[in-house]
Amino acid sequence: MKVAINIDKAQVADFYRKMLLIRRFEEASGRLYMQGLIRGFLHLYIGEEAVAVGAISLLQPQDYIITHYRDHGHALARGMDPKACMAELCGRATGSSGGKGGSMHLFDADKHFMGGHAIVGGQMPIGVGIGLGIKMKRQNGVVMVFFGDGAVNEGEFHESLNLASLWKLPVVFMLENNLYGMGSHVDMTHAAGRDIYNSAEYYKIPATQVDGMDLIAVREATSYAIDRVRAGAGPVFLEAMTYRYRGHSMADPVNYREMDEVEEWRINDPIDRFKALALGEGLITTGELEEIDRQVASEIDEAVKFARESPFPELEELYDNVYA
Amino acid sequence: MSEMIMREAIARGLREALDGDEDVFMMGEDIGAYDGAYAVTRGFLERYGPERIRDTPISESGFVGAAIGASLVGMRPVVEIMTINFSLLAMDQIINHAAKLHYMSNGQIKVPMLVRTVTGGGAQLAATHSQSFEGWYASVPGLKVAVPSTPYDALGLIRSSLKDDNPIIYAEHALIYGVRGEVPDDYYEVPFGKAKVAREGSDVTIIGYSRMAHVAMEAADKLAERGRQAEVIDLRTLRPLDIETIAESVRKTNRAVVVEEAWQTGGFAGEVASAIHEEAFDYLDGPVARVGGLDVPAPYSGQLEAATIPDADRVVSEISRTFGI
Repeated sequence: MKVAINIDKAQVADFYRKMLLIRRFEEASGRLYMQGLIRGFLHLYIGEEAVAVGAISLLQPQDYIITHYRDHGHALARGMDPKACMAELCGRATGSSGGKGGSMHLFDADKHFMGGHAIVGGQMPIGVGIGLGIKMKRQNGVVMVFFGDGAVNEGEFHESLNLASLWKLPVVFMLENNLYGMGSHVDMTHAAGRDIYNSAEYYKIPATQVDGMDLIAVREATSYAIDRVRAGAGPVFLEAMTYRYRGHSMADPVNYREMDEVEEWRINDPIDRFKALALGEGLITTGELEEIDRQVASEIDEAVKFARESPFPELEELYDNVYA
Repeated sequence: MSEMIMREAIARGLREALDGDEDVFMMGEDIGAYDGAYAVTRGFLERYGPERIRDTPISESGFVGAAIGASLVGMRPVVEIMTINFSLLAMDQIINHAAKLHYMSNGQIKVPMLVRTVTGGGAQLAATHSQSFEGWYASVPGLKVAVPSTPYDALGLIRSSLKDDNPIIYAEHALIYGVRGEVPDDYYEVPFGKAKVAREGSDVTIIGYSRMAHVAMEAADKLAERGRQAEVIDLRTLRPLDIETIAESVRKTNRAVVVEEAWQTGGFAGEVASAIHEEAFDYLDGPVARVGGLDVPAPYSGQLEAATIPDADRVVSEISRTFGI
């Protein structure tokens, strides 16, 4: 089926570049983890790139983003510097949080990227509050709150939907349903089934489900959502059906699912699919794609080099920023 | 000078903030139409409107998280959690989020949020509604904890809190809202981390906070009847803790007892006692004594409950037992 895609050539190149940047960044961080340069937990976003890039591409500079611990994709999609991100993953002084946050806690306040948050569901009420602040300050902004299918069984999910709807706050709830909360399939954890967007209806929040492996579909749904939210009609709930190719974290042996399932999802790989579509529509050439591939590879190499060569934070900085 | 009760002093501080800064707003259960469960915000809804005096659902984690979020975009939220018992439902937001965001972002963002809550027992509300958890919060880096005992301190600490860019737990004891005291008409603040010598003496230092500061004063009266002069220190804030004022007193009196309403096991009094040992061990004539809540869930029945909460007689007898005075 031919899809009418309402994007221009510059956007096509930009979206492809961003999705590829995320994937290569994640592959590189996986390698650094195996080499012991990244420690702690490392949760890779590979397979889900179309959600972050598609949704975030529609946000304006005044808008806000808050997300969960699988946050590298959102950070890069918002334009955070890969060098600062990689240095943070490696615990370096030059990292986005000076080495104090790590992989799960990337922040860039200037870009209104209000953090990766590592307690499942915990970022949701905060996102709602950002919406409240935007509304009280009469700013023309929205906040996009990313969360996973694991979060929907937390009380904070329900408290957040209730407050946002009750107070008609400018919140786009963006559920990334990758079917697994750690190793537990959503069918085993959520009584109402995997079509979680239905739960938003109870709170009188318009909701829809979208193919999260399709950047164009994510953009279309997000565009509708943002227009409605920015107009002051209250929150919208989007559920992007997606999949992570890798385990929950690097420590995950992935013994809870079959490789066949992973392969089935890979057929719909968001980057391959977008590439094929763009080529088919004549919106990009093979040569241009190859050029982007080269640029991204070199950008990632630079980020890794930067992180490796950066110093660790000094002990004197230990107590800095406990208090404002 | 004006005379007023605790409740009025707190309300005055909040009104000043609401009048002086349009980014200040309040959220909590029944703070508006109901006038506040403990009537601190009586009349606020009429004066400031529902946008700034925001009644919330019974949704502690939700609205505390929302306050954190609002603070990230430049608002200055004042949250009322009806009692500290219910703050347990918001602990994820307070401890995992509010206390951490400034540090984890390396100073990029800050959380200027004031959480007011009601602490303590003594009203026969039984085990789930009579607890004192301010000491738990005081163990968390990133938080500050205020525990005023007088109208003067209550107003002074509210003012400091509302100028502070950090998340603050401000615990108001349910049984001292009616305590009366003098409050200057001129502007003043009470800084965090500065304890008060509430009574001078030379024989023993009694350390308390919130309602237990009053119990400490009563105990000092009783000791005076026996010819013993107790010095009473009111901590005013648990974090930061003013160990210097405590140590200075103990170097003079050589004896110390810490009084706390929370359970003695793992309580904040143990932290204070330890700090005294670290700072003034050579001056001590005996071990630092503790008088804390008894290690039981608060019972409902009046006589039973009263037995669990420290009173002046227990403080005096613990001093006699420990120091032989």
